[in-house]
Amino acid sequence: MSDASTKAAPSAEPPARAEREFTVKERTQFQIVLSRFLRHRAAVVSLVVLLLIILWAYLGQRVWPRAYNWLEGPGSAAPSLQYPMGTDEVGHDYFSRVMRGAQQSLNVAFLVALLSTAIGAPYGAIAGYFGGRVDMVMMRIVDVMLTLPVIAVAGMLTQYLRGTWWVVALILAGFGWVVNARVVRGVVLSLREQEFIEAARALGASDARVIFRHLIPNVTGVLIVQATLDIAGAILAEAGLSFIGLGIQGPDTSLGLLTNLSQEAVGTRPWLFYFPGLTIIAIALTINFIGDGLRDALDPRQTRQRR
Amino acid sequence: MIAYTIRRLLAAVPILIVSSFIIFWVASLSADPIRQRFEGRNPPPPAATIQLERERLNFDAGFFRQYWDWLWNLVVHQDFGPSINSAMNIGSELGRRTVITFRLVILAMVLAVILAVVTGVLSAVRQYSRLDYTFTFLGFLFLAMPSFWLAVVLKQGAIAFNDSVEGNLNRRPIPTINHQASVVPEEFWPRMMDIALHMVLPTISLALITYAALSRFQRSSMLEVLNSDYIRLARAKGLSARRVMVRHALRTALIPLTTVTALGIAAILGGAVVTETVYQWRGMGDLLVTAVVAQDRYVTMGWLLVAGLFVILGNLAADLLYAVLDPRIRYE
Repeated sequence: MSDASTKAAPSAEPPARAEREFTVKERTQFQIVLSRFLRHRAAVVSLVVLLLIILWAYLGQRVWPRAYNWLEGPGSAAPSLQYPMGTDEVGHDYFSRVMRGAQQSLNVAFLVALLSTAIGAPYGAIAGYFGGRVDMVMMRIVDVMLTLPVIAVAGMLTQYLRGTWWVVALILAGFGWVVNARVVRGVVLSLREQEFIEAARALGASDARVIFRHLIPNVTGVLIVQATLDIAGAILAEAGLSFIGLGIQGPDTSLGLLTNLSQEAVGTRPWLFYFPGLTIIAIALTINFIGDGLRDALDPRQTRQRR
Repeated sequence: MIAYTIRRLLAAVPILIVSSFIIFWVASLSADPIRQRFEGRNPPPPAATIQLERERLNFDAGFFRQYWDWLWNLVVHQDFGPSINSAMNIGSELGRRTVITFRLVILAMVLAVILAVVTGVLSAVRQYSRLDYTFTFLGFLFLAMPSFWLAVVLKQGAIAFNDSVEGNLNRRPIPTINHQASVVPEEFWPRMMDIALHMVLPTISLALITYAALSRFQRSSMLEVLNSDYIRLARAKGLSARRVMVRHALRTALIPLTTVTALGIAAILGGAVVTETVYQWRGMGDLLVTAVVAQDRYVTMGWLLVAGLFVILGNLAADLLYAVLDPRIRYE
């Protein structure tokens, strides 16, 4: 009885209670980021929607009965159960064309983001780390890239090289990496003054080791967020180029090309114009929300909670 | 600061030379525009005609020689070189079209900045309120919208509106194509009115596309300022909420926006090219697209010089404005 009463008394076992209160489950960096990301409702919904769009664009074509270049349907049929997005004037099944277009646009966007990061991150890190004359020369090259009009160069090259999706992606990445380089350079400029870099150098780390083992890992968060911006930007850039006829060329298709071809039909056969356009918006919108969620989740200074 | 400005402007010269050379090199990669133009003509043009055309366009000179001749003529004679279209003087055409495009770009930019400041500041002041979420969603929506798509949708809306107001095809309340009426009014005020009406749709679509990114930026810079210590001090001193917001917070929070806006000139020019295509303006966008398709290399290079100059001036303006507005920054 006395045992039970001492256990029940609040002041009887202070050490055990304290222990219980201060035992915190250890969480890795990844778990912290994940739980913060999950709190951003718009980002989570966007992630699900985007994954569905990707599945639809890449796998849907295998399941759907009619290929994107099948053209035996009725001409200019309105959306129906059989043709969910209608048909165009030559009898293409528009649903499978939008699917194909989304796939090509996503191909371009992912390759652009990958290449821009792979080129821009080391470039910016090297310029920012060494500073001085190296930085000046490297940044003048960036200035030249920034004055070149993307539309002119891309337009001339896609005509010359027959615009397939990877040509368009290479050209857009050829301009896109500049932004990543500037962002990384900016972060590295402040990182390189911090103690851990000084410590690494004092321990005898080579420049290459400092850049690739210490600086770039610390820029990862910024790079991931920038990659989402790259993807959204590339989707819109590809659409814009294809829209003025200087991007992906027929007989292949992309979301921008589809809107271009249906521009005149918007009054009479609106489905030809709105479906590819809404797909572009859906992709770019979800990616922007995901990027926003990632930025909040990866920022260690972020303390204010979302309601 | 004047020395700094001059140094930056001088640094712009080699940048423009290098980028025009790159354009020239890319243009020379593609097929021969003369052959493309005369190919398949029946009867085939006499060899002498082709030869004359080649000479006019300076195609028989070597690669570097051609570029050098172009640069020399530009610097010494202010001559932008021959166009494939022999009736076109590239220099005066560029001048005319720049005026048309820049009245669109500048007005759209002003509108976008006003819209961005209003929505960004309101969002920040009422962070995580319903208003903030609405503005945030709208911002993201316009950020995700291709400029041409919004332009076509607005144009379609205007056409429907015109049809509902008046059936007469000759008098449309909101013009949907071209930058001026096909018959330009003689007197001053009707002409200005005509130009203004033609600007309505392109300006709205370009401004909406541009404001979104600026508004997000304004929101975060305003938030940063509002959470800083000196704002708490201003409140603690007992200043009115209005005075704290306008005199202390807003003035500081506008500084980053100036820079971002000036840096965004390149993006707005790109957006203007697409917007002009939709509304069939005869501005810089049409000039560029036509030149690229026809492989009219000297027109493309001239376009690059004008656009590149504005991008460089924009970047310079961004840096200088930063120094003027933020006393902590000094350029030697």
